[in-house]
Amino acid sequence: MRPRKQAAPFERRNMTLKLIVWRQKNPDEKGQFETYTARNITPDHSFLEMLDVVNEELIREGKNPIAFDHDCREGICGMCSMVVNGIAHGGHERTTVCQLHMRKFKNGDTIYIEPWRARAFPILFDLVTDRSALDKIIEAGGYISCHTGGVPDGNDILISKTAGDYAMDAAQCIGCGACVAACPNGAAMLFTGAKVSHFAALPQGQVEAPERVAAMVKAMQECGFGNCSNHYECEAVCPKGIHTKFISRMNREFLKALFKENTGTFTPSEK
Amino acid sequence: MIIDGKAPTGPIETSWDRCRSSLKLVNPANKRKYRILVVGTGLAGASAAASLGELGYNVEVFCYQDSPRRAHCIAAQGGINAAKNYPNDGDSVFRLFYDTIKGGDFRAREADVWRLAQVSNSIIDQCVAQGVPFARDYAGYLDNRSFGGAQVSRTFYARGQTGQQLLMGAYSALMRQVRAGTVKVFPRTEMLDLIVVNGEAKGITLRDLLTGEVRAHTGDAVLLCTGGYVNVFHLSTNAMGCNVTAIWKAYKKGAYFANPCYTQIHPTCVPQTGEYQSKLTLMSESLRNDGRCWVPLKQEDKDKAPEKIHETERDYFLERKYPGYGNLAPRDIASRAAKEVCDDNRGVGPAGRGVYLDFKDAIQRLGENVLRDRFGNLFEMYERITDENPYKTPMRIYPAPHYSMGGLWVDYNLMSNIPGLFVLGEANFSVHGANRLGASALMQGLADGYFIIPYTIADYLAHTKPTSVTPEHQECVKSVMEVKASLRRLLSVNGRRTVTEFRRELGMLMWHSAGMLRSNKSLSETLATIPKIREEFWQNVKISGSETGLNQQLENAGRVADFMEFAELLCVDALHRDESCGGHFRVEHQYEDGEARRNDAQFCYSAAWEHKGPGTEPELHQEPLRFTSVHLAVRSYK
Repeated sequence: MRPRKQAAPFERRNMTLKLIVWRQKNPDEKGQFETYTARNITPDHSFLEMLDVVNEELIREGKNPIAFDHDCREGICGMCSMVVNGIAHGGHERTTVCQLHMRKFKNGDTIYIEPWRARAFPILFDLVTDRSALDKIIEAGGYISCHTGGVPDGNDILISKTAGDYAMDAAQCIGCGACVAACPNGAAMLFTGAKVSHFAALPQGQVEAPERVAAMVKAMQECGFGNCSNHYECEAVCPKGIHTKFISRMNREFLKALFKENTGTFTPSEK
Repeated sequence: MIIDGKAPTGPIETSWDRCRSSLKLVNPANKRKYRILVVGTGLAGASAAASLGELGYNVEVFCYQDSPRRAHCIAAQGGINAAKNYPNDGDSVFRLFYDTIKGGDFRAREADVWRLAQVSNSIIDQCVAQGVPFARDYAGYLDNRSFGGAQVSRTFYARGQTGQQLLMGAYSALMRQVRAGTVKVFPRTEMLDLIVVNGEAKGITLRDLLTGEVRAHTGDAVLLCTGGYVNVFHLSTNAMGCNVTAIWKAYKKGAYFANPCYTQIHPTCVPQTGEYQSKLTLMSESLRNDGRCWVPLKQEDKDKAPEKIHETERDYFLERKYPGYGNLAPRDIASRAAKEVCDDNRGVGPAGRGVYLDFKDAIQRLGENVLRDRFGNLFEMYERITDENPYKTPMRIYPAPHYSMGGLWVDYNLMSNIPGLFVLGEANFSVHGANRLGASALMQGLADGYFIIPYTIADYLAHTKPTSVTPEHQECVKSVMEVKASLRRLLSVNGRRTVTEFRRELGMLMWHSAGMLRSNKSLSETLATIPKIREEFWQNVKISGSETGLNQQLENAGRVADFMEFAELLCVDALHRDESCGGHFRVEHQYEDGEARRNDAQFCYSAAWEHKGPGTEPELHQEPLRFTSVHLAVRSYK
């Protein structure tokens, strides 16, 4: 066996950062900004790992750590949600805040960290918000109503590669709500448009298309989300790069549904 | 004691069909009189809840995340297997069955695996009907890719986000039932106890993570679909919140825990960059279709830029050791091979813990665009984490804990030894034996939820009157009091070390002594150390905040406390299993070429452990494994 050399230890290039973080104890309290220092941060820390380091320090000092939602830490579960320096997820193309790395910052930077701010997303605690309104929109019609079992063979439904790719582009949405947080109107039209378009593009989704778009748009409005006025902020911050063409598609689907008499779920006066 | 899995006997080809025809049914009008509690909303939980809701049962669903759509199945990238044989390359239900049994190193119950292979095709059909956008070829047909441990292409995929798309399918089916009023979802709740009344599972005690309220929910059956436990190793590809708590609490209430030592180390993860990091990101196994694993042949080359190392100076170690399967060798084998070359001081990157996964040849053969189409999102993810471009320079990867094959013991009907307690998906031990093949976790989760539990639960409920147990029942009151007391005990310690420090200490101990390689010595030492860490935890852990309201430290502390107890059981099982099989590699038992050496004469059984109270050794029950359709063989991928 060959002699073993000591492997090089993890590289350390320390950064110190000033954090200005939104703290709020409950939905009714008026929150405020607090200032903290993040020490011993390396460029390889992810943004949330940087917050972990700060929290460890706060706990040792007997203070309450900063609460934030997170889980998979690989940019797919959609749980992490914070506004960094005024931009949802921190402003790097197609990157959730859990995938944002500290090499994008410089030693000595000041970083502002806030929760999603939108009428439909009440702040629950620090950076944690209530995004159940997005579930309500799906509940209203974000599905194909097939039962378990009794469906045809997978290859009995042919789908062109173009349609499949288009549906997949839309279906990539992780439901994080950054689009809502970034929108000046607090609209969830990118989220809703993506789901409507995903199903509208597929033959399986045709049968219920008019009812689906009508019900989902209605739920969207009832939940307190605004409407689109073409700012394109949603597309800019979307960590999955969901295109605003899906909002146009939803508007078209909605218009088509208006002319269909069999929707049953709404009448034009309810619009 | 010998326990019986109640698997059907007779010809295996018809075993599930015969069983299904003999299971009792519940009349549609009676179904609404039963309430079923489902804990966890991954593929198993969401698909079970949706299917049971459709049938007319009242279903309550619980998850710790803010929405059922966030469960960690969402992170599965590569794909889902099915025996469709669409590519005409010789696949069949038997081959998928055989590959899964062999992949699991002959340590799974044969009939369960057959059933999984049999229903695999229905899963694809179901998901297509739901609108899951699987990859298609230009004629509009479903496309397939290859995966580790198989010589046919049977993996269906949706870019590198198959888990996400399948979970969205199950989640949308679930939300449809919420709309229909059959399912009620309780997000941001965590199960902290199982309620057993007269020997039967009748409810759970949970903590509302937002308000801190501890309360009981009761029902006629409890389904645990709470995933795996490899966060016990601290380093893992699991989500930060994944934990053993729900199944551990059930174990402490009498449910048998089977094969806890069967854990899977995934070969292709982005290497760790520092001690602060516990979550490691997986790079899909499907990358090994087109990527070639190598390290420098010479130790002195390991710090050289990879492009400066000549072809003849490279060791393509998987192709060298396993010419038959090459870079597609199964996960446990590929992981150990990577560790071996790093232990030989030929590993690359920080701390010398990494091997190259090189796409240069594939890019030359297929072009960058084809690779972008196949793996674009994975390459982007890799670049975000490491700041290196895998189209230009090889990826660096290293093994990390990924999946647990062990879990609560269940019979063929997915029911644990506690009547009324069912366990689905990764949380049970049923089909993967000692090692799981790629693209079969998604398959199992959906098989259990869509196509098995709707039949088998009826057989139990048909024998059971709708329960009269309410949250006021004395067992519920007692359970709520106990949970509250243990939360207060955690808060009252007020020591000096954080929960994360303890989690890291326990996890690193487990990773180094009970991770990829295990020995009598390492396990015995670990068994002596764990109680000391646990003792210190209960005397020196520091948790700020209170039991009311959101307290993420308290949530973590409870999970780590359970890992501290569970780690011991894992080591007890690993020490008792004096053989190597699949992901359980005991250094004392290997062939000359370093392959795992099973001992079928002594260990051809599943080990189910029964809790005997704190401070007492758990009792071992054995379920013998009988193979009628396959022959026990040395698992070779050469």
